[in-house]
Amino acid sequence: MAETGIETILQEHPSAGRDSLIPILQEIQEDQGYLSTEAVTRVGEHLNLPASKIYGVATFYNQFRFQPKGKYHITICRGTACHVKGSGNVLDMAMKRLKLEPGQTTRDRLFSLETVACMGACGLAPVVNINGEFYAKITPQKLARIIEQFREEESTNAEG
Amino acid sequence: MLKLKSLDDFRTLQDRLRTGRDSDIPTIVIPAGTCGQASGASDIIRVAKREILAKELTGKVKLRITGCHGFCQIEPSVLIEPARTVYPNVGLKEMARIVEAVAKGEVLTDLLLKDPQTGEQIEKQDDLPFFSKQVRTLLDRNEKVDPIRVYNYLEHGGYSSLVKALDKRNPAWVIEQVKASGLRGRGGAGFPTGLKWEMLAKQPNGREKFLVCNADEGDPGAYMDRSVLEGNPHSIIEGMLIGAYGTGSKHGVIYVRNEYPLAIKHLIIALRQASELSLLGENILGTGFSFDIQIVRGAGAFVCGEETALIRSIEGKMGEPRQRPPFPIQKGIDGKPTAINNVETWANIPVIIDSEAEAFAKTGTKNNSGTKIFSLVGKIRNTGLVEVPMGITIEEIVYDIGGGPSGKAKIKAVQTGGPSGGCIPADKFDLAVDYDSLTEAGSIMGSGGMIVMDENTCMVDVAKYFMNFLKDESCGKCFTCRKGTQRMYEILDDISAGKGTPEHLDLLEELAVVVRDTTMCGLGQTAPNPVLSTLRYFRDEYLEHIENKRCPAGVCRELIHYSINENCVGCQACVKACPEGAITGEKKQPHTIDADKCIKCGACRSVCKFEAVDVT
Repeated sequence: MAETGIETILQEHPSAGRDSLIPILQEIQEDQGYLSTEAVTRVGEHLNLPASKIYGVATFYNQFRFQPKGKYHITICRGTACHVKGSGNVLDMAMKRLKLEPGQTTRDRLFSLETVACMGACGLAPVVNINGEFYAKITPQKLARIIEQFREEESTNAEG
Repeated sequence: MLKLKSLDDFRTLQDRLRTGRDSDIPTIVIPAGTCGQASGASDIIRVAKREILAKELTGKVKLRITGCHGFCQIEPSVLIEPARTVYPNVGLKEMARIVEAVAKGEVLTDLLLKDPQTGEQIEKQDDLPFFSKQVRTLLDRNEKVDPIRVYNYLEHGGYSSLVKALDKRNPAWVIEQVKASGLRGRGGAGFPTGLKWEMLAKQPNGREKFLVCNADEGDPGAYMDRSVLEGNPHSIIEGMLIGAYGTGSKHGVIYVRNEYPLAIKHLIIALRQASELSLLGENILGTGFSFDIQIVRGAGAFVCGEETALIRSIEGKMGEPRQRPPFPIQKGIDGKPTAINNVETWANIPVIIDSEAEAFAKTGTKNNSGTKIFSLVGKIRNTGLVEVPMGITIEEIVYDIGGGPSGKAKIKAVQTGGPSGGCIPADKFDLAVDYDSLTEAGSIMGSGGMIVMDENTCMVDVAKYFMNFLKDESCGKCFTCRKGTQRMYEILDDISAGKGTPEHLDLLEELAVVVRDTTMCGLGQTAPNPVLSTLRYFRDEYLEHIENKRCPAGVCRELIHYSINENCVGCQACVKACPEGAITGEKKQPHTIDADKCIKCGACRSVCKFEAVDVT
């Protein structure tokens, strides 16, 4: 999907005030996948706010990322239902396998890992979401297999 | 779309839609909320559409896509109307057969759900034990309406409560009705909604007033609000319109979690449709009453469910709560009077106006009227959303509706109220579910999460889980919350690692009281609940961790290890399941686990059919 670009998003919010800050950051993140330093600086100029204020707001909320997303963005639900059904083990396995902490992206930009407080799909617990697609009743070995599959696909693509 | 210029215009349209409806034509109803879609509902919808076209059944068989019906366990499912036949876990091939059977008026007995106890097949949805004990005032509507078709909502009586209220030409009547209904806030605190509205209505005229729908459903393990937003967004809009008329408010805000993309999409569509029909905006239905609604997406902060934090978030600031008074009813968004109600509260408003207060108050108990939706999840056979009258016992919800434990392990407790709530042990399951009884038992009603825990759930681990969540979500404004939750987490972490001492329990209790008494907002004041309630009812489990360095449930990793006993037949199932390759052994030879490689994830135990994996 082509990027709209930061400037276009800002143009859609002419003479915006403070209450537009979060919506603007959300739109930029949706477009770019994360909030880069340049994006934060530009938003600051547009809203006449210091970058420190914007970082203050953006780091307060869990949703904003400051590293680009990987090609496969893995979100692990850490809701209570998922927890009692073993999502902690799923997360540990993913962190070990990908050598990532939540919020980080692998160097090859293939995988990024994130946790979320609750996706509200508790009937399917434990739940993992990869690039918007839900994987229900996940176990460490199921997720390990999925990760391996993505890796294999990538290496065949690279060869082919 | 038609622009409605008067109340009579509305009635004419609604009558026309109602008479035009032929409810005898068999209809295939497919629930496709987020959970439904995740289970494959989109694929069976595609097959159903294709089959109807291919077999030339257009006009003979209708298809309706709806939001969630609540029984997550059987999704993707299909409901046939008017017969009310329900087919669970429908695959693509089955879907094609169902279309054909519906056209012929047949029932496919081989696809029906079996009663787990009697083995008997059950055809009608309402005969399933999961549904038969519920009182589905709100969730029923999720079955009836296609959330993206406003005419569908109108056909089933939608917006007629608004018209009824407008026709009275007396805003005070609305408030009287809501007060008399006894409706209490469904967000968890249980403040009487009518009283809140009366206070807002009394704010001096000439000051702009705001209404907010709090759809920042932050409690992990609760998703009833998502289901209502996705499945029946117009009912929220109608509720807010009625509230606006009663209180004289001009602006509405729906503050919704960004984690709910489908709910946001349906809300946007519904708002556009309502404006197009002149049910929203300036001079609604020609009555001179005006109200607009704007969507604000949350950015993922649990504390923003707190009303003052929510207001700051709407204003584009960090979601830190502030001292009350002044309450939002006096000083809310931009300093203007603001009333905030939860999604489920708003959804109840059209019901109250339609049936009138007295009829509404007949459901439930004296100080707790109406129904409440719970999300029944965790170690339970029937997971899903259940709507029950207030005052029902936990036992009825867990065993009659929920069907008891999902596995062999016995049910030990239910956790209600999310991170602000507590755990209620199995010997207290005769407790009536209402605001007051749950608070007395050391938990809270909360927004309605009900997480079932069995003998394989460690209560120390549960307390640690919640404290970890709360220390991350504490906004940091009050020192005692910021550091208190952190310290409590560290102590619980020590106990779960076998480093706890009996004095730790005293310290936990002392800290809990300090955090409760010295913090400003609901997050801090209720943060100790998970610790206090587990200490109250499951102290022996804590002591087992401290004195014997044992985790009876086999959860706390530092205290357990996995081994394979003589039951092993060498089937290799665990060898394949182990993500770390820690298990070795030839086929038909007993296997062994390499303790150094083992990450204690439990994968081997869950696949073993011979009970050969021990946790000690």
